Amino acid sequence: MSRKISYKDAINEALSQEMERDKSVIVMGLDNAGGRGTEGEKDAWGGVLGVTKGLYGKYGDRVMDTPISEAAYIGSAVGAAACGMRPVVEMMFVDFLGVCFDQMMNQAAKFRYMFGGKSVTPVVMRTMYGGGFRAAAQHSQVLYSILAHIPGLKVVVPSTPYDAKGLLIECIRDNDPVIFLEHKALYGMKGEVPEESYTIPFGQANIVREGKDLTIVALGRMVHMASQAAASLAKTGVEVEVIDPRTISPIDWATILKSVEKTGKLVVVDEANPRCSMATDISAKVVQEAFKALTAPIKMVTAPHTPPPFSDVLEDLYIPNAAKIEAAVRSIL
Amino acid sequence: MSELKKEDLLKAYRIMKEIREFEERLHVEFATGKIPGFVHLYAGEEAVATGVCMHLTDQDRISSTHRGHGHCIAKGVDIIGMMAEIYGKKTGTCCGKGGSMHIADLEKGMLGANGIVGAGPPLVCGAALASKFKGTDGVGVAFFGDGASNQGTVLESMNLANVWNLPVIFLAENNGYAESTGVKYNVPTPNIADRAAGFGMPGVTVDGNDFFAVYEAAGVAIRRAREGGGPTLLECKTNRFFGHFEGDAMTYKAPGEVKRQREENDCLKIFSAKVISAGLVTAAELEAIDKEVAALINEAVAKAVAAPKPTEADLLTDVYVSY
Repeated sequence: MSRKISYKDAINEALSQEMERDKSVIVMGLDNAGGRGTEGEKDAWGGVLGVTKGLYGKYGDRVMDTPISEAAYIGSAVGAAACGMRPVVEMMFVDFLGVCFDQMMNQAAKFRYMFGGKSVTPVVMRTMYGGGFRAAAQHSQVLYSILAHIPGLKVVVPSTPYDAKGLLIECIRDNDPVIFLEHKALYGMKGEVPEESYTIPFGQANIVREGKDLTIVALGRMVHMASQAAASLAKTGVEVEVIDPRTISPIDWATILKSVEKTGKLVVVDEANPRCSMATDISAKVVQEAFKALTAPIKMVTAPHTPPPFSDVLEDLYIPNAAKIEAAVRSIL
Repeated sequence: MSELKKEDLLKAYRIMKEIREFEERLHVEFATGKIPGFVHLYAGEEAVATGVCMHLTDQDRISSTHRGHGHCIAKGVDIIGMMAEIYGKKTGTCCGKGGSMHIADLEKGMLGANGIVGAGPPLVCGAALASKFKGTDGVGVAFFGDGASNQGTVLESMNLANVWNLPVIFLAENNGYAESTGVKYNVPTPNIADRAAGFGMPGVTVDGNDFFAVYEAAGVAIRRAREGGGPTLLECKTNRFFGHFEGDAMTYKAPGEVKRQREENDCLKIFSAKVISAGLVTAAELEAIDKEVAALINEAVAKAVAAPKPTEADLLTDVYVSY
């Protein structure tokens, strides 16, 4: 049975159902229970924004709080995964990648290849990303393209509560290292989510809206900005197709290319910085594989090549929005 | 010495000799140009890997370093496969995709040599955590050098292991050199093990060239870990007979330093003298092992040289389980 729950609760439900199903699933991260070593509640936080709230009460020591030592505890999740566990380890903000990247980039991602196919490392790393909280340069970044660059990692960017639950369960059951990126501005968003367990396969894009005039490929929170722009454009008779790849490694090239073959025009919307990004990656692929179908230049709507700013005025200018997307679409119609 | 049976003494000698012959032969073969990439040799440090791994079974896991051949052999990784791997051959332990710095055999509890200094201790914490959850009494041993003792990952892992009460032994192999830089420059305390106090765990320093000293200290730490007593930092002071990598002229070492170490502080010579003078083993028994080991290393090199290389199809496989 389906009911409306939030993106945050959908993630919590996925974790809980998988922990119930499989005892090798463990959860670890800063304050994932919250309150250890204190006189107060032992299950106080459930992560800094409460995503894992209540799991400690249900699963006890399988929910592990960690010292603020990302390299050590993320590395230990990788090591545990190589030894038969299925850890779901949280890195609070993707901006903290710098302090623990080696354990993902050089360890988890490379084991299977370096070891001649003789290992599996089923680790999931959950992490928050994205702007909108006036959290400034070190708590607002969108760094998934760095992760998608690394062979051996899978990268998942859910945009709805339904996708968040189904994709996270798929992540936990998958036998490769997967990074699951949660947009912090989507946690409160509600949507239809089945109560029962289900999975969404990696590499299957969602066609959010069909249209014949132009294709928008958008990621994460930007899917909603793109849909808003598409709804506005529809009022003037412009039919935009909106595609949400949902996973960026692997990525569903076939659906993107097929759409561009149909519409002849592409706008890519990516909250990340523009250089060496998913926006450039998708643009390059379309140029290489569907050049003859293009009837206009590809447009990218992205953050500028600057760090995320603090002041609300500046951050509002920094993050792509529906108006900017609509303007980009109109510029190539 | 007394607690070890004769067969254990012969086994320890055989493992140390296998490592020594393996490394001495690689030193010779590398100079011929037939071995690709970088090779970092463990000769001189054999008593450390052997004295520790003699206590371990396949359900115990270790992480190793860029200088990993000795740990692999002591943990029971197949020598024929290792040599083929170092030659970049398809028959190698990792099908020629890892090389000297990435030899791993998870079934043997060998989580991999590692090209990143200090990367192993977090992985071993995870392996030990898995043992706890699976309800085995498996322990983890993280081998790392004096250079790696200054990596944040190593220090973070010591803290984490104690916070989670993990069955881990942090095994500092202090060979006196972080690449070409002396330990006196990099480590401000007399011993690396002095740092254990800061993480609330026992810290022990032993002569790493004395197999029996390593064996006994490792035994205490491993038993403590198996019984739920938590982590230990064990430092073994030892020698590195070759350079940081093959081709290193070692001009940073004092004249005659290695020659003196080989004459006065060679773990194999020290071991042989002790067991023979105690009447536990005869010189003839050790010589018989020497011959068998020499034949084994000859066979490993011959097979590695003759083995096929990977093919183009191998380039794209084993990145993911599924993609």
